[in-house]
Amino acid sequence: MRNIKYLFAGLLFGIVLVKSEVISWFRIQEMFRLQSFHMYGIIGSAIIVGIISVIIIKRFNIKTISGEAIAIPDKKFNWGNVYGGLIFGLGWAITGACPGPLFAQIGSGFLVTLVTLLSAILGTWIYGLLRERLPH
Amino acid sequence: MDLITQPWPWYVAGPLIGLVVPALLIIGNKTFGISSSLRHICAACIPANISFFKYDWKKESWNLFFVAGIVLGGFIAAQFLSANHQVKINPQTHALLQQQGVKDFNGLLPKDIFSFDELLTLRGFVFMVIGGFLVGFGTRYAGGCTSGHAIMGISNLQWPSLVATCCFMAGGFIMTWFILPYLLHL
Repeated sequence: MRNIKYLFAGLLFGIVLVKSEVISWFRIQEMFRLQSFHMYGIIGSAIIVGIISVIIIKRFNIKTISGEAIAIPDKKFNWGNVYGGLIFGLGWAITGACPGPLFAQIGSGFLVTLVTLLSAILGTWIYGLLRERLPH
Repeated sequence: MDLITQPWPWYVAGPLIGLVVPALLIIGNKTFGISSSLRHICAACIPANISFFKYDWKKESWNLFFVAGIVLGGFIAAQFLSANHQVKINPQTHALLQQQGVKDFNGLLPKDIFSFDELLTLRGFVFMVIGGFLVGFGTRYAGGCTSGHAIMGISNLQWPSLVATCCFMAGGFIMTWFILPYLLHL
């Protein structure tokens, strides 16, 4: 039951994704063709709010609701960030959706996106299978 | 009510998305990231003795609740908070896509590409199946997606996340400008 709060957080996030048309294939096409500010405005302002929030959390030593100290693990660089990043980018421009919007599309009635999601799960699985043989 | 059913502008949606970062940290010390859920689904359903999927995914089950919430939020937004209208994209993008072979501009996705009927055509297969595969393979290889790297990682000033985000964009530009026109004509 303690996980219900994350369901609720996801629900609000899902509503924003749909209402701002982030889940629209057309919006992603516009973004990659540099013909609209919409997506850049969303991602940019989300990052700015995120940066400010993390600064405030660290500066004032804000705790979680259960009183734990907040710890954010560092991201360590590996070449997968580059190779995988490029591969994801190629896919993102085709499907017009990154993983969050895939879930939101399914909820908003595009059941065919289930196929895209299953294929993404398969892609993740194949990565796991080949991981040790891939350059990182 | 009109304000709600209209599409929300970037300056409302962006900050709200940014607030997911502190919200998850404060409610449970969780870092925002969605593509991990795909790994947890693999670990839960088809681990197949692969070391990458041998971990206690149940400890990460919050992430699965989060993505289930996204599905539910998508449903609520589409059923109760939206008026049906076309996505008002730049007329130039509209014209260009039309020229490249997109016909249906009525919904959030072009139904002449994304539908069960199209799944068995080469174009539909490439857009849904190959596209999805690249998203799942690429995000895990990169160690995160738009949420985990571009938003969470950069919010925490992690330079590897900035590198990954630049690569996401580079991949997207290469596809859109040089490959997609051919794929749309398949």
